[in-house]
Amino acid sequence: MKRKLTELFAQTLMGLSLLVVIGSLALILGTVIWKGLPALNLAMLTQVPKGGYYLGKEGGILNAIVGSLYLAGGATLLAVVVSLPIALFLQLYANRSRWVQFARLSLDLLFGVPSIVYGAFGFTIMLFLGMRASLLGGILTLTLLELPIMVRGMDESIAMVPQALKESAYALGSTRLETSLKVIVRQTAPGLMTAILLAFGRGIGDAASVLFTAGYTDRLPTSLMDPVASLPLAVFFQLGTPFPAVQQRAYASALVLTVIVLLTSLISRGLTKRLEKHIVR
Amino acid sequence: MNTKIAIQNLNAYYGKEQALKGIEAQIPAGGITVIVGPSGCGKSTLLRCLNRLLEETNGVRVTGQVLLDGEDIYARKADVTEVRTRVGLLAPKPFPLPMSIYDNVSYGRRIHGLEKLERRNGRSLDRKVEQYLRAAGLWDEVKDRLHDPASGLSTGQQQRLCLARALAVEPEVLLCDEPTSALDPISAQRIEEQLKLLSAETTVVIVSHSLRQARRLADHIIFLWMGNLVESGPSAQMFSAPRDERTRAYLYGDIG
Ligand SMILES: Nc1ncnc2c1ncn2[C@@H]1O[C@H](COP(=O)(O)OP(=O)(O)OP(=O)(O)O)[C@@H](O)[C@H]1O
Ligand SMILES: [Mg+2]
Repeated sequence: MKRKLTELFAQTLMGLSLLVVIGSLALILGTVIWKGLPALNLAMLTQVPKGGYYLGKEGGILNAIVGSLYLAGGATLLAVVVSLPIALFLQLYANRSRWVQFARLSLDLLFGVPSIVYGAFGFTIMLFLGMRASLLGGILTLTLLELPIMVRGMDESIAMVPQALKESAYALGSTRLETSLKVIVRQTAPGLMTAILLAFGRGIGDAASVLFTAGYTDRLPTSLMDPVASLPLAVFFQLGTPFPAVQQRAYASALVLTVIVLLTSLISRGLTKRLEKHIVR
Repeated sequence: MNTKIAIQNLNAYYGKEQALKGIEAQIPAGGITVIVGPSGCGKSTLLRCLNRLLEETNGVRVTGQVLLDGEDIYARKADVTEVRTRVGLLAPKPFPLPMSIYDNVSYGRRIHGLEKLERRNGRSLDRKVEQYLRAAGLWDEVKDRLHDPASGLSTGQQQRLCLARALAVEPEVLLCDEPTSALDPISAQRIEEQLKLLSAETTVVIVSHSLRQARRLADHIIFLWMGNLVESGPSAQMFSAPRDERTRAYLYGDIG
């Protein structure tokens, strides 16, 4: 009897926690949709702001949409190029050494560093180099921001590869590099994809790190050296105005940002499904 | 007797624990050599020393020599990938590579660049894949779904795929660690038949914990006991007139 009660209690508790999580998600989405949808129209998506991003009630946020996609897309691409070799190295070449343990610890610490610190750091370096706020500066800073989560995500998923699978490849005379690129990457493709996606999500949603490094502008960027707008900052600036009409546009921007994140995760889910069929367990 | 592999004073350690103690043995070229002994005596350890796969395990140390055609595979100038190409391995549990059936078989040939050779000779990779799938006795079951994921095969089929994959690299020696332990009797019998056929051209070394299997397959026997080599010799002699007390006890079922 007592065991049954305990079981019931535990189940109720778990159910409630789940409800809280799902409830808050619904609440967030609901708020964004309810407040943002009325202000969302074709002009919002296809035009740059008229009358300034801070006070303007006309035009759209195309500058921020394009800017955010460039910033997060570029940073994610760069981060993949750097992260995958790091993660493979951590796992396949030097798994147990002290240095590797230290590298993991550092990455975990870096993940905990607030994004404004990345922004400040990027800004300092840019000042030192005589660079102005620009797409390039933003991309590089966001890359730094995305690296820890991406490397650790990839690292964890490569750690799940069974030793016997690696040995199968070694036993056929594969080098470590061949094993990494032809076997491990295929086996862990869904995990790698998740890591990339998490990093992309972190990058596209971050305001603090691009504030000083990418700047903000009403124009679309034409070169890597131009300053560039971003959706989180569009939300931030428009929400800060005293005019309700502009504030509504902030919610519309938030809605667009949310939809972009949801779309990317849906698309990559689909891709992962196709990658999954070869995985051996 | 032509010696393919000569093992000289081979020691293997897992951390501080010594799993192989000064093994001295010879594996003749061609035919089937079976390593027998009670569980935990070091059979798998010995086998994995022969293609240097043991060193992929953390904390392992190996000393001594393993001469393959007279050359020490543990010598400083020995190339570990070349050793593993010449000495193939069939593991106890099948682990297909995360790719299609076709790609599993062609994988080894592609990484070793054997493919280009074939093109020059006017032979195609397809033919090779078919040849080795046939050699492993799997062709008829998979010929219509070569490009499906290998993970979709049954365990017995996967084990034969792993055999085909190992053969496709054209190893001089094939090591098999309890190759039939995960299989049903019919799949096991198939694997045994293929190994028997194969031993005409290739040196086959099998770890087995089944004396019956050893009797069926072995031309030559190596008997291990707690990390020591007790005796080795032609199978007929070992089964009819074992020299060592422990061998006799093991054969007649008193231990192990
Ligand atoms: N990864 C490992 N770490 C530590 N000790 C190990 C490891 N693998 C094997 N050993 C030890 O080495 C000894 C020999 O093991 P091995 O796997 O070679 O035995 P085996 O003869 O193949 O046994 P079985 O017939 O059960 O497969 C055993 O005492 C075992 O405990
Ligand atoms: Mg074993």
